[in-house]
Amino acid sequence: MEQKKLEWLFEAMYRIRRFEETMLEQTFKGKSMGVTHSSDGQEAGPVGVCAHLTDKDWIGSTHRGHGHCIAKGLDTKKMMAEIFGKSTGQCKGKGGSMHIADFSKGMLGANAIVGASIPLAVGAALSSKYNGTENDSVGVAFFGDGATGQGVLHESMNLASIWKLPVIFVCENNHYAEATPVEYAVSIEDISDRAAAYSMPGVTADGMDVFDVYEVAGEAIKRARKGEGPTLIELKTFRYHGHFHADDPKKYRTIEEDEKWKDRDCLKLFEEKVTSNKSMNLEKIKEIKNLIDEEMLEAVEFAEKSPMPNLNELYSDVYVNYKD
Amino acid sequence: MTFDYSQTFRGSTGLPNTDNVPGSEMRYRDAFNLTLRAELERDSSVFVMGEDIAGGAGRFEKDGEVSYEEKEGYKPLDAWGGPFAATKGLIQDFGPERIKDTPISEAGVLGAAIGAALTGTRPVVDLMYFDFVTVAYDQLLSNAAKSRYMFGGQTKVPLTMFARSGAGTGHAAQHSESFYSMLVHIPGLKVVVPSDPLSVKGLLSASIRDDDPVFLVNDKKLINLSGFVPDEEVVFELGKGRYLKRGNDVTLIGMAYTSEICRKVAEKLEESGVSCEVIDVLSLSPLDEDIILESVSKTNKVVIVDEDTPMCSMASEISSIIADKGFDYLDAPIKKVTSPHTPVPYNRDLEFSFMPSEERVIKAIQEIVEY
Repeated sequence: MEQKKLEWLFEAMYRIRRFEETMLEQTFKGKSMGVTHSSDGQEAGPVGVCAHLTDKDWIGSTHRGHGHCIAKGLDTKKMMAEIFGKSTGQCKGKGGSMHIADFSKGMLGANAIVGASIPLAVGAALSSKYNGTENDSVGVAFFGDGATGQGVLHESMNLASIWKLPVIFVCENNHYAEATPVEYAVSIEDISDRAAAYSMPGVTADGMDVFDVYEVAGEAIKRARKGEGPTLIELKTFRYHGHFHADDPKKYRTIEEDEKWKDRDCLKLFEEKVTSNKSMNLEKIKEIKNLIDEEMLEAVEFAEKSPMPNLNELYSDVYVNYKD
Repeated sequence: MTFDYSQTFRGSTGLPNTDNVPGSEMRYRDAFNLTLRAELERDSSVFVMGEDIAGGAGRFEKDGEVSYEEKEGYKPLDAWGGPFAATKGLIQDFGPERIKDTPISEAGVLGAAIGAALTGTRPVVDLMYFDFVTVAYDQLLSNAAKSRYMFGGQTKVPLTMFARSGAGTGHAAQHSESFYSMLVHIPGLKVVVPSDPLSVKGLLSASIRDDDPVFLVNDKKLINLSGFVPDEEVVFELGKGRYLKRGNDVTLIGMAYTSEICRKVAEKLEESGVSCEVIDVLSLSPLDEDIILESVSKTNKVVIVDEDTPMCSMASEISSIIADKGFDYLDAPIKKVTSPHTPVPYNRDLEFSFMPSEERVIKAIQEIVEY
C-alpha cells in the first residue's frame, strides 16, 4: 500500500473517533439540537471501504452516519455546524446529525429510516449502468445488522443481482439493533451468508481491522467496476457507545463484552501493526493526531460561532418550484 | 392555428375551440402512451420502470412467436405492453434498459428510482394499482419527498410515478383506492389527476419535465375515454385547474373521473335551467385555490365531488379553504359528495353505491340551489 494511503487510513479513522468523541461532549453540553448516534468503535469499516472510492462513487448511509461522511471526505466543520443546527451546516441546519449529505462528494445522505438508504445506493448504481459509467461510479450501501430485518434490503439485493449492478452492500454488524442483540433478531450466524440467496459473493471481514476491510472491499469494488455485479460484505464490529447519546449500553450488555472488543480497537490494532512492520512511525502517528485534535477544536469553534438559520428557511427547498 | 390550451384554464366558454388545430380524437390510454413515447424520444435520461410494463421480460418475439433466446430479427417481448397497455410498444422501440420490467418489489424499485433520480436520471415508475403505493410509501415519504429539504436544497428528485386508481371496475377493496389525500398530505410531493386525453398529455409531459417528484394518478374509469388531442407538444403548468364549463348558479368541483361526472351533470341540468360552473382541479398539490375562489365568488354555492373516502380528504381540504377564504361568498352550506368511510366493496350494486354518482351530485345541487 502507498504510504499516503496508509496514512490516510489512520487519519480518517482517528478523525472519526475524535469527531464522535467531540460531538458527544458537545451533545452533553446541550450544543446539539437533537439526538446523536455515535459510531466510535466502528471506524475501520467506512474507512476501509471508502479508501477505494472517489467523489464519483456514491454511498448511502444510516442514522449512525458520521463515520461514513468523514470517510467519504466531508468537511468536519460543516458536519459539526449541522449538528449544532447552524446555517453553515452541511444541510443548512435543516437535516441534523441523522441527515448529513454532500452530493458533491458522492454522499447520498445519512438516512434515519433503518434500511431506507439501501435502494438509493442501488439506484445510483442503476444510473451508472444506464449511463455506462460503472467503471468509475459504483454504489455502496452501508447499513447495520438491524437493517437485515427490513424487506427493502432483500428487495434491493435481488434487484442488484438480477440487473448485475455495481453495488457493494456493506453490513456493519455491530451486534446490536438499538438494544436488541443480533443473536436474537437475526436467524443466522454470519449475515454474509444472506448473499447466497441472491447469488452474489458474501464475505465476512474483521470490522476492527482496517486492513482486512480494505482488502475485502477492494475485491468487491473491483468486481463492481468490471461489471461483474454486487457483493455483500459483513463487517463484524462494535459500537462503544449506546444506541444514541443518552442510551446506557450497560443496561443490556456486559462490561466484559465491551472490553473484549476494545482490546481489538481499530486504532490500537493499526498502531500495533504499522509500528511492528515499521511502515509508519510513532512520530507520524502523533503528528496526525495533533492535526486532527486541532481540527476538532476548529470544528467546534466554527459551529459555535456560526449564525442560526434565517426563519424563512423553514419554507425553502421543499420543492424546486411550487405554484403558490 | 396553434392550439391555445391556456384558454382551457381561464377561458370564458370552457374547453377551447379545436377547429383547424391539427390533432385527433383518441382514448386517454393512447394519449398517455404517445406522450410517454414523446418524452422518451425527447430526453435520453428518461426511462421507465415497473412490473410487466412490457411483460415476458428477457424473452423475444417475432410475428407472435416467443423465443427464450435472442435471435436474428426478433425483438424484446412485449407480452402485456404494461397494465392497461399503458406502455405498449415502447420496449421494442426503446429497448429493455429504458423500458425496464421489474420484479414485484415496490419499495425496492421506487427506492432505486429515487436513487437514480438523485444521481442524474429522470425515472418514470409505474406502480400499477394505486393501492400498491402503500407498499412503497416509506420510500415515497421519507426519501422522494424529503431529500431536497432535509439535505438543505443540495439535490432534486426528478421522479415521476403513476398508478391506476378508482372503483367501478370490480377490482374490490385492494385494487380500487382513490386515497389522494395520503399523497397530497406529503410536503415535497406533487400530485396530479388528469381527467381526459388532453389533460393526460399536458400533465404527463409536465410531470416528467418537472424537477420535483410528481405522482400522476390515472383513474381506471377514464382509460377508454375519448377526446381531442392536438399533435403538438402540450405541457400544462402544474398547479392550475381549469373550467370545463362556465355557469352562474353553482360551482361543481371535480377531480379525475369526478370531473367527468360534474361535466355530465352540468349538461343535464342546463336543460332544466340550473347553470353549473365546472372546475376540473387537475392538480391536487399544488392546488389552484384562485380558480376555486374565483368561481365561488360568482356562484356563491359549491358542490365538491371526490371519490376518496371523506375524512381528511381533498373534499374536506377544499371545503376548508372555501370556508376560510371564501366565507363571505357563500349563500349556502358547502356540499361534499364523496365515497363513504368504508373500504371499496366488490358487489357491483354495493360498489356503485360507494362511488359518487350523477344522481348524488344532482341531489346535492338540489339541496342548495334554492337555498
